[in-house]
Amino acid sequence: MAGIRTEPVTINLGPQHPSTHGVFRLRVTFDGEEIVDAEPIFGYLHRGTEKLAESRSYVQIVTLTDRMDYVASMSNNLAYVSAVEKLADIKVPERAQYIRVISAELQRIASHLMATGFLLNDLGALATPLTYCFRERERILDLFEMLCGARITLSYMRPGGVLQDAPEEFWSALDTLIADFPHYLDELEGLITSNEIVLSRTIGVGILSDTKAIDCGISGPNLRASSVKWDLRKAAPYEIYDRLEFDIPIGANGDTFDRYQVRALEMRESIKIISQCIKQIEKGPIRTETPYFIRPPKGEIYSAVEGPKGELGFYMVSDGSIAPYRCKVRAPSYINLTPLTDMLKGWKMGDMIIILGSIDFVLGEVDR
Amino acid sequence: MINPIMFIGFYQLAELYQSMLSSIGLNTSVSWLYYGLAAASISFIVINTMVLSTAFYVWFERRTIARFQVRRGPNRHGPFGLFQSFADVIKAIMKENTMPTEADGPVFTVAPIVLIAPTLLIMSVIPFGEKSFLGSLNIGILFIVGVTSINSIAIFMAGWGSRNKYAILGAMRGAAMLISYEIPMAIGITSVLLISGSLAMTAIEESQKIWFIVVMPLGFFVFIVAAIAEMSRTPFDQIEAESELGSGYNTEYSGIKFAVLFLAEFMAPLITSSIVTTLFLGGTQGFDFLPGQIWFILKTFTVVFILLWLRATWPRLRIDQIMSFAWKILFGLGIFNIFLIAVEYTILTESGKSELSKPDMLIMGAINWIVTIIILFVLMNLFGNKKLNRPTPIPSPLANMNPEVD
Repeated sequence: MAGIRTEPVTINLGPQHPSTHGVFRLRVTFDGEEIVDAEPIFGYLHRGTEKLAESRSYVQIVTLTDRMDYVASMSNNLAYVSAVEKLADIKVPERAQYIRVISAELQRIASHLMATGFLLNDLGALATPLTYCFRERERILDLFEMLCGARITLSYMRPGGVLQDAPEEFWSALDTLIADFPHYLDELEGLITSNEIVLSRTIGVGILSDTKAIDCGISGPNLRASSVKWDLRKAAPYEIYDRLEFDIPIGANGDTFDRYQVRALEMRESIKIISQCIKQIEKGPIRTETPYFIRPPKGEIYSAVEGPKGELGFYMVSDGSIAPYRCKVRAPSYINLTPLTDMLKGWKMGDMIIILGSIDFVLGEVDR
Repeated sequence: MINPIMFIGFYQLAELYQSMLSSIGLNTSVSWLYYGLAAASISFIVINTMVLSTAFYVWFERRTIARFQVRRGPNRHGPFGLFQSFADVIKAIMKENTMPTEADGPVFTVAPIVLIAPTLLIMSVIPFGEKSFLGSLNIGILFIVGVTSINSIAIFMAGWGSRNKYAILGAMRGAAMLISYEIPMAIGITSVLLISGSLAMTAIEESQKIWFIVVMPLGFFVFIVAAIAEMSRTPFDQIEAESELGSGYNTEYSGIKFAVLFLAEFMAPLITSSIVTTLFLGGTQGFDFLPGQIWFILKTFTVVFILLWLRATWPRLRIDQIMSFAWKILFGLGIFNIFLIAVEYTILTESGKSELSKPDMLIMGAINWIVTIIILFVLMNLFGNKKLNRPTPIPSPLANMNPEVD
């Protein structure tokens, strides 16, 4: 076959493509089916959140954070609100902290369910696991609706506490959810983990070594799948995480399957956390009285929480006015895409899609 | 088997036309006229039956998969949403019929027709009742194998003609995969032919004193896997691969051209299921309280349901995995199955019998089931995921990097 000349083909994957999870563009060069080069191109969903934040008061910015990682608004709220509280030195009542942790963990489950569902969709499973995941996610969204009336863009948290106390129905619904959820997870894992095709497609594909992961600043489940023990909930406990007992799932190989499995195990841990919170929570106030226009003293702060996608940090600079001088977001989705080119090289087209899916990025957060 | 519903074949219809023409005083020696009329009537019936049953099949598929996915499925147009397919087709016809500027016009236009023609042709030799539409074609199954191989050309035409990189990727995959899987499919059929001793579909059906799925499970396995790949459905849907290629070879198609591609694509499972029914499930055989045609349809839709079940549950394999599965496993299994059937047939017919009796087939079935289970078990352990024997993510309380807090 020496006489046949071949040449690499460049394909624009996106910005409109069914598996790029939004408007993500990837310029890929193929040699046949193999990827020679890949260049991610961002910015199609840029809304200037950070700049907008500079002209909003501290309470108003909460709504902007909803729209960053739009499948995990609660975690964004928590990250932002705790940064403001550190900046302005606001104390948070204990009940509010518990409610915050419960809702953040519920949001983590919802986000991981979506990541798993879409990973399987990228594998070509015709939306069946996806609908199963969405069925459970729907119940969590119902709980959020009880909390604050919204389902996606929640804006539930405020500097100094939460918007309102959880109603009575919330607690009973939460109890049934926690009782049901392990069975749901068993069902989902039965569909996925024992499937020969899923295993042969995901095991050993898209390996991210631990050193590479640390060098690129990866965080969250992607980092832990690469067998790095790092979780902000344990490493620098915020809210009331130091009172709770839970484990951190650590992967072994850092391949696509490990990234899935770490997420699956994290959902079980989140259930553990929530059930402990329900036992520990006591009656009390849910919000410290703060002025409507918070004027933090001059200074700067970096505060991060462990979001579903990774370390979600806010770097806030205050000049003493009602709006932040600078509000920089450390978006885990964006930083987790750093090693993408290296992860993709040498794999086939089908692998590319599931590697993208297993990284679990949300374009709202990548572009902000 | 019994067949109370009158079935008109091609030649009866031709004679009918001949007598009709002669009764109104036309010269009956113009044979092309009444053969032509008969052919036109038969093709009218076949095409319309197939289009209508495909419309029903699309509804069935969408409803079934919706049930698998905890959804309701189409339920707005007509009773139980039965007319959804018609609404879809009307919409597709009313859409603008676009063609990319750089596309190869004739190839692009002809591709849908080339894709749907063989699918309809196959229908003419499948025996729904005692006979097929074309009477009993004596090379029935060979005709099917030959005609289905046009598919790969059509898909490549569609991909090449669109001048779209995604379409070409899909078409290249399609060409490689469809040609590879034709071989295991033909080998799977060969084992049936060894016992039936005839290529005619009706003869194959009659020779099934015991259904061939019982007699040769390995052959059934090889055939059905290859057939799923031939119509490129999950887990082998590399040609379309929505999540990878957008829509694969039909990315650039719209309007009526897309509707025709869509029709051909959704007709394939119906055709495949009816071939499976004829080859392995005894065709129209059944109990006497229902006519043969009803049994045929019931069996066909059972096979269709199993295919849908697979489709709703399984993810897609990667292209290199698909190719190695065809050549390394399926091909070998098929050859082994032929060898097994041939040896058994030779031993059982040593006494000079020309064909196998019922007990003979039961003996063969017993041996083959044992062999099949052993082989599949061994293969599963050889190629299956031993890889899972590795450290899984361990919940670890030691994730704390900060010694003071620990």
